Amino acid sequence: MKKYLAALSVLLMIATPVVSQASPEEDLKNFRAYFKDRFKDVPVEDYINGVYAIDQASREQWEQYEEFPPYEIYISKGEEIFNKKFANGKSFASCFPNYKKGIKQNYPYFDEASGQVVTMEGDINKCLTDNGEEAFKWQKGKIAYVGAYIAYLSRGKTINVKTPSTPAALAAYNKGKQHFYAKRGQLNMSCADCHYNNPGNKIRADILSPALGHPSGFPVYRNSWASSDAGDGMGTLHRRYGGCNKQVRAKPFKPQSDEYKALEYFHTYMSNGLKLNGPSLRK
Amino acid sequence: MQDFIHNISTTVSVAALTACLGLATPLTANAADDADIAKGKELSFDRKKGNCLACHDIAGGSLPGNIGPPLVAMKSRFPEFDKLRAQIYDARKNNPDTIMVPFGAHAVLTDTEIDMVTKFIHTL
Ligand code: HEC
Ligand code: HEC
Repeated sequence: MKKYLAALSVLLMIATPVVSQASPEEDLKNFRAYFKDRFKDVPVEDYINGVYAIDQASREQWEQYEEFPPYEIYISKGEEIFNKKFANGKSFASCFPNYKKGIKQNYPYFDEASGQVVTMEGDINKCLTDNGEEAFKWQKGKIAYVGAYIAYLSRGKTINVKTPSTPAALAAYNKGKQHFYAKRGQLNMSCADCHYNNPGNKIRADILSPALGHPSGFPVYRNSWASSDAGDGMGTLHRRYGGCNKQVRAKPFKPQSDEYKALEYFHTYMSNGLKLNGPSLRK
Repeated sequence: MQDFIHNISTTVSVAALTACLGLATPLTANAADDADIAKGKELSFDRKKGNCLACHDIAGGSLPGNIGPPLVAMKSRFPEFDKLRAQIYDARKNNPDTIMVPFGAHAVLTDTEIDMVTKFIHTL
């Protein structure tokens, strides 16, 4: 029992990191420069391919699988759902008038009026509830299919998260940055420990991917999400965040919680200027 | 429970082995040490326990990671048992930013388990 309590108390324990007070622009510049220096031969536009940008062996296998991508049927499913009429006769297009031109590059953004970070998934569900429909579950299933369709139409667009400038936007950005660098969980590791300090290194048999470019390929189809209890393979970015929090025995936050929205805000801003290539395939 | 059975079976087999070798009492200090070392190895490799292989190459383990240095020649790097134990108990004492899990301080392993892991690592 005592051990249990001790374990519980460390689960709740998060060390507060000393994160730099730099501006978002400086952060972005330093982030970019760091990876450029660390992987001198990797062209910056390649970081959208996750671990395959830095590991040739797994890249070849991945490229083979990408010839018959398992996520393709989910793009079609997403398209179907996207075009299906709501009970009131409207459809998703009424909320996303520019969807055909690609819209994902502008997510997430900070909405001053509500004081919230707005994500693509948030807008998908808002569209449903605004139209009297029931919201989708957040991490997999329909939200990932519709997300995959929108992402697919946005392929090739340049990630363009607006630089946080107001105090409220900066506060959300800094909250996300804090999450990224804070050690957490019983195993006491930060996102940065794995994806900033150790990309290219192996944790057991897994090669760690660089954080730069991380959000570009979402939603993703993962082999390890395709099993009787995990689902059909598709999942959102926040599903991944939860998985990575759990790996270090930290209690995951709820998908679309302020915490993960802030993390997505910082994390995606760091990838500004890279191209979208979702949905994609991952191990 | 499984651990418990395993624990017994290692103890028993060590006892049996010692008996075969014609040694008198099975649980001499040495036999107890050997049992601890065997258990320490098991704890070090167990993904739910030490999972040291996630980051370190260790002789006898498969699919090691390479975030940390290979654990070799430990007696020369850590002549003092207690210094080695301290590194495993809480690596932050030596490197506040370390990615290595603070096994003792965060109660990932119990004190006894850390003793056994340290005994095993010290043999490398
Ligand atoms: C203990 C190590 C570890 C920690 C800590 C960790 N991750 Fe991961 N993460 C992994 C591994 C292993 C993978 C799968 C291989 C890869 O793509 O890096 C992964 C994959 C990911 C991916 C998918 C990348 C892709 O291309 O599909 C994202 C996004 C991600 N992590 C974000 C995070 C964030 C954000 C945090 C902190 C909340 C975090 N990770 C913490 C180990 C970790
Ligand atoms: C998540 C990664 C990780 C895990 C898991 C891990 N270590 Fe480490 N370990 C490191 C790193 C990195 C270092 C290098 C020093 C530093 O950064 O603190 C290190 C250093 C060490 C050292 C010092 C080596 C030297 O020669 O200075 C020992 C001993 C050690 N680890 C033992 C263990 C044992 C035993 C376990 C499992 C019970 C373990 N480690 C689990 C990452 C890890």
